Amino acid sequence: MTLETAGSGTLIVILVMAVVTLATRWGGVFAMSFVPISRRTEQFISAMSGSVLVALLTPMAVNGDNGARLAFLATAVTMLLLKKPLPAIAAGIIAVALFRHLA
Amino acid sequence: MAHAQAELHSLSRADVWAGFRQLTPISLFVVVFGLAFGLAATQAGLNDYSILLMSALVFAGASQFASLELWGTHVPVVPLVVTVFAVNARHLLMGATLYPYLQHLPPAKRYAVMLVVSDANWAMSMQAFSLGRPGLGILFGGGLALWTFWVLGTWLGLYFGSAIHDPVSWGLDMVMGCFLLAMVVGGKKDLRMSVIWIVAGGASMLAYWYLPANSHVVVGALAGGLLGALWMEKPT
Repeated sequence: MTLETAGSGTLIVILVMAVVTLATRWGGVFAMSFVPISRRTEQFISAMSGSVLVALLTPMAVNGDNGARLAFLATAVTMLLLKKPLPAIAAGIIAVALFRHLA
Repeated sequence: MAHAQAELHSLSRADVWAGFRQLTPISLFVVVFGLAFGLAATQAGLNDYSILLMSALVFAGASQFASLELWGTHVPVVPLVVTVFAVNARHLLMGATLYPYLQHLPPAKRYAVMLVVSDANWAMSMQAFSLGRPGLGILFGGGLALWTFWVLGTWLGLYFGSAIHDPVSWGLDMVMGCFLLAMVVGGKKDLRMSVIWIVAGGASMLAYWYLPANSHVVVGALAGGLLGALWMEKPT
């Protein structure tokens, strides 16, 4: 099933995202008022939160150009060294912009 | 003891305003992230009105960036719902950890406060609670500050987005990817997490090649999540 982004479709997509996000904001508190979240559920949720990002990024790195891979490399290295996201993202964008202008 | 508990969950107008001010310095960074999102969303082909509406209603940066990856003339609904849910599932854990303090509030207030829960205000309010200080003002007031600056930043990004003519040559198609990667690398890193990420990435790639389009996000997220549930961290 897909939603067309022409016309009111975009609005529906955004509302779907808003409702799903609201469910995550309310769900934890709501569930806890009946039964505490088990440790296994907690481990599933925390592993899944990182995994979904990795699942999005892997095809971008595999199918992207060398500029894209260089951007990822620069971002990862800067993030490991400085532990601050803004410089890490900036390093990635500068790396790919330089690469695409020079190559 | 009852008295101390009452103070911990106090949520007066003054508490909320103090929380707003306490989170304002961090919120300046949020403006930059919002700007990056506005820029990336423009590249993905969303119109200005939709982009602002998304930031205002969804108010969850990583999931908004992630949704752009699925954007096109048609948006696949199931991958979108799973992606947004999985990226934002950490809110469930935040709610669970806040419950001991929120349970003293009437339900309407409790859920109103949770509307603006986000990483920064959650972390700072939990820190306040652990020091025996009231934290709900930081949670709610701080959340309002983050929301305001997130929407403001998004709005600024729209102008930059339309002013740049050859966005790909400037690497602006990579803003989303670099943002998400910084989130991944900034998270917890140990052997267990590394193996979970490798499995998630491998499963995603296999699904990308051999399964229907857009299923790779769902497959990767579930593969990593299930491994995490089977191979649990040692209790501390």
